[in-house]
Order: sequence, then structure tokens, then C-alpha cells
Amino acid sequence: MPFIPHTEEDVAAMLASIGTNTIEDLFDEIPPALKSGTLKQVAPGLNEMETSRLMLERAETDGRYLSFIGAGAYEHHIPAAVWQITTRGEFYSSYTPYQAEASQGTLQVLYEYQTMMASLTGMDVSNASMYDGASALAEAVLMAVRSHKSSRRVLMPSTIHPIYRKVVNTIVKNQSIEIIEVPYCAEYGHMLVESLAPYAGQDIAALVIPQPNFFGVLEQVDVLTDWAHKNNALAVGVVNPLALAMLTPPGEWGSNGADVAVGEGQPLGIPLSSGGPYFGFMACKQELVRQMPGRIIGRTTDLNGKPGFVLTLQAREQHIRRSKATSNICTNQGLMVTAATIYMALLGPEGLRRIAEKSHTNTLLLVEKLETLKGVKRTFSGPFFHEAAVSLPTSADNVLQALKTQKILAGLDLKEYYPEIGNTILVCATETKIPADLIKYTECFGRALAKHDTSVLNPT
Amino acid sequence: MLIFEHSRPGRRNYSQFTATDTKIKNIPQNLVRKTPPLLPEVSEMDAVRHYTRLSQKNFSIDTEFYPLGSCTMKYNPRACNSLAMLPQFLLRHPLAPEDTGQGYLACMYELQEILKDVTGMTSVSLTPMAGAQGELIGVSMIRAYHESRGDHARTEIIVPDAAHGTNPATAVMCGYKVIEISTDKEGDVDMDALKAAVGPQTAGLMLTNPSTLGVFEKNITEMSRVVHQAGGLLYYDGANLNAILGKVKPGDMGFDVIHINLHKTFSTPHGGGGPGSAPVGVAKRLLPFIPVPVVAFEKGTYRWLTEKEIPQSIGRFSAHMGNSGVLLRAYIYARLLGAEGMHRVAEFATLNANYLMTELSKAGFEIAYPTRRASHEFIITLKDLKEKTGVTAMNVAKRLLDKGYHAPTTYFPLLVPECLLIEPAETESKETLDAFVVSMKEILVEAHKQPEIVKGAPHTTSVRRLDEVKAARELDLAWKQ
Repeated sequence: MPFIPHTEEDVAAMLASIGTNTIEDLFDEIPPALKSGTLKQVAPGLNEMETSRLMLERAETDGRYLSFIGAGAYEHHIPAAVWQITTRGEFYSSYTPYQAEASQGTLQVLYEYQTMMASLTGMDVSNASMYDGASALAEAVLMAVRSHKSSRRVLMPSTIHPIYRKVVNTIVKNQSIEIIEVPYCAEYGHMLVESLAPYAGQDIAALVIPQPNFFGVLEQVDVLTDWAHKNNALAVGVVNPLALAMLTPPGEWGSNGADVAVGEGQPLGIPLSSGGPYFGFMACKQELVRQMPGRIIGRTTDLNGKPGFVLTLQAREQHIRRSKATSNICTNQGLMVTAATIYMALLGPEGLRRIAEKSHTNTLLLVEKLETLKGVKRTFSGPFFHEAAVSLPTSADNVLQALKTQKILAGLDLKEYYPEIGNTILVCATETKIPADLIKYTECFGRALAKHDTSVLNPT
Repeated sequence: MLIFEHSRPGRRNYSQFTATDTKIKNIPQNLVRKTPPLLPEVSEMDAVRHYTRLSQKNFSIDTEFYPLGSCTMKYNPRACNSLAMLPQFLLRHPLAPEDTGQGYLACMYELQEILKDVTGMTSVSLTPMAGAQGELIGVSMIRAYHESRGDHARTEIIVPDAAHGTNPATAVMCGYKVIEISTDKEGDVDMDALKAAVGPQTAGLMLTNPSTLGVFEKNITEMSRVVHQAGGLLYYDGANLNAILGKVKPGDMGFDVIHINLHKTFSTPHGGGGPGSAPVGVAKRLLPFIPVPVVAFEKGTYRWLTEKEIPQSIGRFSAHMGNSGVLLRAYIYARLLGAEGMHRVAEFATLNANYLMTELSKAGFEIAYPTRRASHEFIITLKDLKEKTGVTAMNVAKRLLDKGYHAPTTYFPLLVPECLLIEPAETESKETLDAFVVSMKEILVEAHKQPEIVKGAPHTTSVRRLDEVKAARELDLAWKQ
């Protein structure tokens, strides 16, 4: 019996104490008609050795690829210590820290995390995390609308991750909030402040500003933030936390800084893992803290005056406020944030900056190499961080398929998300890529293009 | 001491440094950060020591008995973690092509099939990232269903007063008005209150069964009939599925939509408050609205179904496939247990709860619903103890920490005064339960003879009772230099 310690003697003694004959008697309040028979779709149990073999086979089926896909989830080196400590049973198998005195480890980690994220984003306060980047943006939209007394309209650039925009729409659509999409400039690949002109003077709750945007391009965050404030709207930054080691943080955008900063925390020590678990982060100005959803940890003192940590501002939350809560959310991504905190502690400001810079220069190098191939050019002229859109002279799908046979995932085909920009892929080369990787990529890419050229010239 | 207080300027962790001799190019100066973030500068050993020490200040399943009601703190098998962290799984990009992830997708597909079987639902989507998000998705589907029929008059969701706080909060997020109905003396939903509450304005009823009072709703079939007859749908909050796993299927009870907390019933880690995972299951009539993506198996190949194949889907709630790595852990757990192991989960969870309830009752504790069987959890009320000694449920909970036990859930559900909600889970042995009863008896004696010891608890944890009022009044949410 997996993970059940009872001996036959135990069961007999326990039933005797309860005063029943069989375990089945304990279910006598359940109407017999409701009792289900055996589970038909569940296979017999395997022992650990058999399960290990099964999972190893499944893992090997998938194999390993040299990946240049980014698009919101990035491959970075994760120091060995991060997950060895994070998966210690005391972190891994503890619950939400409701009993503060028995959860000081988790609570202090979260307080340190809040400090790091507040500083990284340049904001006053951070919460203890959200589910992921997409849902964090949805919560930021809800928060902006709550804080803004009159408007339920939010300006959302089309350079925000297309899946994030879907998630935001799904989550806010039942709350009569209007999301207005702002187009990007086809030349630079970012939003132009001029495209906001139609909304000047209107009642707008928030302007969402990505940095970098989905194309990897850097937005003109200063003028955009100032536009938002001039029009009495909140500025909500959607940022890559790793990029903030080298880019101006949202708290310093424009004259007064962004009001809320959210994003996907995955680049900070979280494995790609087919999409999760990751964590979303949210930081804001002090005056908005009571509108912020999610767990928040505060430092206080105990009976003896010793410093300690507790969940605070719980009056915002569902277990106290029930139907009047700021959100129904009742967890954070505690374990992922533990990993991120250890990651940031191990790297420090200099280590993090180096990873950001290396990722930036690697991608720049890759794009420059690709541009030596005939007909290949960067799609947008705006400066980028560690990801870039690249236009191809032929079907992107053909090139991606050809490189896949060489065990290279060459990037993301953008036609599904932005049909108007033609044969374009989004590529990313983080610090994990060495010069030989970039050379191999470019060579395979060149061969794929050449092969396609020939087939066009000599159709069979 | 905070990690920042270990920091020394210029202390570098070189083995983690990426070589860079390149200067950043092509980025305008106003977009480049001027002052570095306040991150610590510590050695690798400093960091390892600091966070190892912090971990030791936590209670956890791996170190203590953790009878936290409604949270199902059962053993998290280590194999589930190590096998979910095989390098191929960790390195797989969420947007990598389907044909490079057939092994992973096979696990996801089979997990969907397993969850369909244990819940009796027609289809399952694995995307929700926590119980509260599962609820949000489930109620959104109820809304989509009524709207697709042009039935816009349904503006209310009915919730029992014993429900988790997430239920009413979720209903509001979906644009519904919440109607709370009362509980009868036996701990069941008051049927007269339910009958009075339903009508053409009812969108649905949210219910946990067994309820948060630790009893099985005996009238569930009748409740289902009443709600359906009024045109409403039934939502099953799977928080307490561990009590009936392999015994009763929510689909057979008449539920139209459910969520399953994998971090409870399928033993994925709680991780100090997440990541959770809460797949939703739907009955046939809600099938068109299921959130995407869903994994399909056709002609020997696994693939994603998205908005294209499920055009009426309520949409996406996470950027990719929810908490994928958690789903893998749940799948591995399901394979380790198999069908037989799953049947035993509910049996032994229920045996442990009823045994502990009996023993605590014999030890002099008042059971909130003494005429009922416990499900996988039960409630004791310390109302009398408080009147006689001034010792509260919270005092007893804190004193348990001194005895080396995590406290049960306190003051929930709200309708039982001075309550402790106790859930022992199936993975605990009789010896552990017996030792817990001994400690509870000791606390009872202390409460009468030396109440100050109990009121001042905890005494042995890394900190004593913390000042929560001060924390909220003098907000200190980030360390400053």
C-alpha cells in the first residue's frame, strides 16, 4: 500500500476504538447508490523503480534541443544550489505560512524576495508573487481599475505578449472592463506616443507599457509614462526582471516613475519546464499597497521584541473579506519565489548584470550573423534587449523544420500571432549559448535557406 | 539576520559569473540602469548556509505531523520530485513544437484520463494554477453556458455559509451576486434555505463535499435535483476530494463542473504556499467552454487543442499549460498509487480521521458534530474551555507548536466557535496519532492548571507570538539600507 503505514494490527485496534467492524462502515453516511465501482482508466500501481524507468523513457523520447526560442520564457543557467536548497523538505513540504511562528523560514525568504523585487523594479513595495506573468498583468489591470475611481478602460499595446493579452481578456471580461489595443510602429517595432493621441484627454484607467516588448524591442518608456500621468492614467510596466539588471527600472521611468510593475519571474532561476510552474511578480508605489492583490509579508517583533515576519494587510484577502476581497487569489508561488530569492542572492547585482549583458550581446551577435545571409534582415530598427524579430526571404516554417532535424529549435514563427508581418521569426540567444552554438545555428540556417532557394528555382 | 546584512561590497561569487568583455551596444542611455539593484553580495557558501538555516525555521510535512484541516498535508513522495526534474523535462520550452514533446504530452494526456475516471467527468483541462483559479474558471464556464443559451437572467451564485472564502470571492470576480445559505444542526446544508434561494435568477451552487465541517452532505442527490430543476448548475470545490477518492465520483453526485486540488489529493508539494494546481473537469453540457489548451491523442500522436478546435472555449488563464511541472508530479503520484492505491487513500484518510476524533473525544474534547462520521477531517470546539479557563483555540494551536506539531486549522469554518479543524491524512501512522492525543491531553491539563503557559505559547519556536497589529500599522515590507 503506497505511502500508507498501517499494519493489520493497527487497523484492527483503530476500528475497535471507533466501534466499527470494517473501514467500509465509516462510509455508511454516503448513499449507497453514489458509491463508485473500480477505477477503470487507472492502471495498476507501479513501484518506484518501474515508475522511474517509465519517466526516463518519456524524458528520452523528448530528448534535448539547442533552443533559440524565447517569447516570454528564457533558458538561463541555474546554479546547482538553487534547487538543492529549494527542494529541502522544510521548504518543499510546508504550507502557506498561516502559523507565523512555525513558518519563519518561508516568511523571511518572502520578505527578502519582496526587498529584492522592489529594488530591482525601483518600486516601493512588492507582493509575495502571483501565479505567472500573464495572470499578474490581469491582476494589475484589475488593480488599476480599482484604484482609478472613474474609468474602466485600459490601453494595451499590441506589443504585449499575445498570450498575455488573451489571458487578460479572459480574466477581466466578466467585470465590464474595456481593453483598448494600441498598434505598434511597423518600422521601429514599438508603440509610438503619437498613436495614443486619440485617447488624450479621455478618461483612461491605465496605460500598459512593456519593457522589453514581445518583439524584444525597447519601448520609449519615459515619454509613455509621462503621457499616462498627464492623462490621469496609471502607468503599468510589464518587465523582464533579468533585463532590469541593465535597463532603467519602472520606478525611474519618466518624471514620476511607473505606478505598478508586473512580469514573469521565470528568468530568475526557474526552469522552462514546458511552461510552469513559474511565478508572476507585482510591485507598486506605496500609496497603492492596499489595492495590491496577493500575499504580502511584513516585518514586526515578537513578545520579546525580537524581529520576525508575518502575513500582513490580510484584510484585503478572501479568507477575511470573502465576497469583498481584492481578488480570490489565496496562494502565491512560494516555492518558485524561494528559488528566485536564492538565485538572486547567488548572483548579486554584478552577476545578474553580466547575464543580462551577455544575453543582449549574444542575441545582437546572432542577428548580425544572420544578416550576412542573403535576404535575411532584422524586422524592426528599434533597439532590442535579448530577443529580436528576423525577417526571412522564404517560409519561416520550412526553415524551422529544417533546423529541427539538426536538433535546433531556431525560434518562434510569428505568423500565428502577427499575420501582418510575413515570414518572420523571433530569436533569442541567452548567456547559455557559446560562440560554437551561434556558428552552428547560422550555418544550418544558411543551408536551409539555400535548399529552399534551389527548390524554388527547380520545382520538381 | 537578513541576507542583506551578510553582504559586503565587492564580495563576488565568481563561479556563477558569465564572462563578458563586451560593452552593451545600441541601447539609448536613458534606457540604461544607473544604479545597481539592492541585491546582496555574498559568497556561495554564505548563501547556502543562510537559506539552509532559514529552512530549519519552518515546520513541514517532512519534519512534523501537520494536521491542518482542509489542506490535506500528506507525504509528498520524493520520487515525484526527482522524476519531474529530469533534465529533458526541465529544459523543454513551452512553445517548442509538439513533436519534440511527445513524452511530456503523453504524461499530460494520461493524467487527463486518470482525472476523468476518478471524478466521473466527461473532460478535464489541466490549465488552472491553483484552487482559486480553478474556481474562477469553473464559474466562468457556468456563466458562458447560461449566456450561450441567451439566459441572462441568472445573476446569483449560491454558497453555503461554511464554504471557503474563495467561493464567494470567485463568484464576485465572475460578476455574480452571492447568496449565502445556512447549515442545519447536523452540519448539512439547510434544504429549506436552499429551496427558498433557488429560482430563475440562480446561475449555480458552489459546494464542497464532504463539506468544510468534515461531514458528507447526505442530501446531495436532492440538492442536485433542486438546483438543476431551477435551471442552475452545480460546482464542486474539490478541496476535500481526498475523503472520497476512489469511493464516490463528483460526476455521479450530479456536479456539472469541478476542480481538483492536486496539491492536496495528488500530493504535489505545498511549497510554503504554492505552486498549486487545480485541473477542472466538466460534464457534457459544459464541454464546449473548457479552457485551453487541452491535450488530444489522435493517430498515435499527442497534440494541443486550442481556440481553433474549441472555438467557444472561455479562453486562457495562464501563458502556457498551467503549472506543468506540478502536473508531472501528480501524474507520477498517480502511477505510483495505481487504481488500488487510490481506493485506499480515502479509506485510510477516513480511518485516521475517525480514529483521531474518537480518541480526542475520549480525552475530553468536544466534537462539533458528534453524531456524524468524520470524513477525512473533523472539528473540535473549545468554546467550553475558553469559558472556563480563558484559553482559546488559537492558544491551543500555538501550544501545539511547542509540542512539535503543526497546528490544525483555526477559526475555520467561521460558524463553529473556537474551533480546530483537524485533518490527519492517510500517510500518518497510529503511533503519530496516539502521540498527538497525548499532547492534546497535556495541553488540556495545562489549560486548567497553568493557563498562562498555554496563553503565552509558543515558547520553543524561533520567535514567540508576533505582533500582527504592529505589522499592519507600521508597514515594513522591504528592508532598507
